[in-house]
Amino acid sequence: MKGITEPPPPAPEIVEAQDPAERQLLLRLRARDERAFDDLVRAWSPLMLRVAHGFVSTDASAQEVVQDTWLGFIKGLGTFEGRSSLRTWAFRILVNIAKTRGVKEHRVTPLSSLAPDSDAGPTVDPSRFRDADDQYPGGWTPAGKPQRWDTDPEGGVLRGEVRVLVSAAVDTLPERQREVIVLRDIHGFESDEVCALLAITAENQRVLLHRGRAKVRAALEGYYAKETG
Amino acid sequence: MTHDHDRGLDIRCIDLVELVTDYLEGAVDEERRTTIEAHLRLCEPCATYVEQMRTTMRNLGHVPVQEAQQLPDPVRDQLLAALRAEPQG
Repeated sequence: MKGITEPPPPAPEIVEAQDPAERQLLLRLRARDERAFDDLVRAWSPLMLRVAHGFVSTDASAQEVVQDTWLGFIKGLGTFEGRSSLRTWAFRILVNIAKTRGVKEHRVTPLSSLAPDSDAGPTVDPSRFRDADDQYPGGWTPAGKPQRWDTDPEGGVLRGEVRVLVSAAVDTLPERQREVIVLRDIHGFESDEVCALLAITAENQRVLLHRGRAKVRAALEGYYAKETG
Repeated sequence: MTHDHDRGLDIRCIDLVELVTDYLEGAVDEERRTTIEAHLRLCEPCATYVEQMRTTMRNLGHVPVQEAQQLPDPVRDQLLAALRAEPQG
């Protein structure tokens, strides 16, 4: 669009735009460069829709979440200071909106996020290990030790019923664990991106990831035990 | 008893299973990592457990996600209109 060539002067200084391309993009967006904005919407919306689906129940809801995210993005452009990457910032807006929406739809329980410690304790049933007075305290008991899974050559990843089972296990995870698993393991976000999105520490993220994965592993264990037993 | 064997006994199975993700994420120090790896060489059940955690991660990576959808054109047009309407600066 002609006529919009100068970036707007009153916007806050970009303190830490990581690289020149990112800085350039932000300046173009602040100048209401429609081409730059539309390119971004096309590039990020498919993943945004998928992430939104982790929080809300329907296609229509997910679409509204993404639409609201971009509206929030437009509103925030003038005050965004570049302390995080544009992508991380945009996805943080998305996660906030999706969560609020998920709570309204009863897909996400707000209380679970207020009580993260309610899910403490061991991730493997302690009765599967030997007692303190045993010769090998804390070692697996013969009955408790994990049995090898009869997975197919690809490591058990292709069977349809396994996918359904894993998907269902993820759905039953406590909210914070589910958020981390969805972003890290299902969508392949990097660890530091997830920390930034959910505003959690690296250590907290690993705890949530571990607890979530351990529960999904337990679900798979139940499946393979039934199959062979 | 080799040194490696002794080293592997420095950690109990019940504790190792809680460290699997830290280990796989590379978030344990060198000392811890060496102990964990020595333990995994001598303890088949723990080695199986770690392998199952890896299999779990691979499975999670294959959970069917929504087909890559695009926002419908009318929605994108509305967003462009909102961009135009937003006062600059």
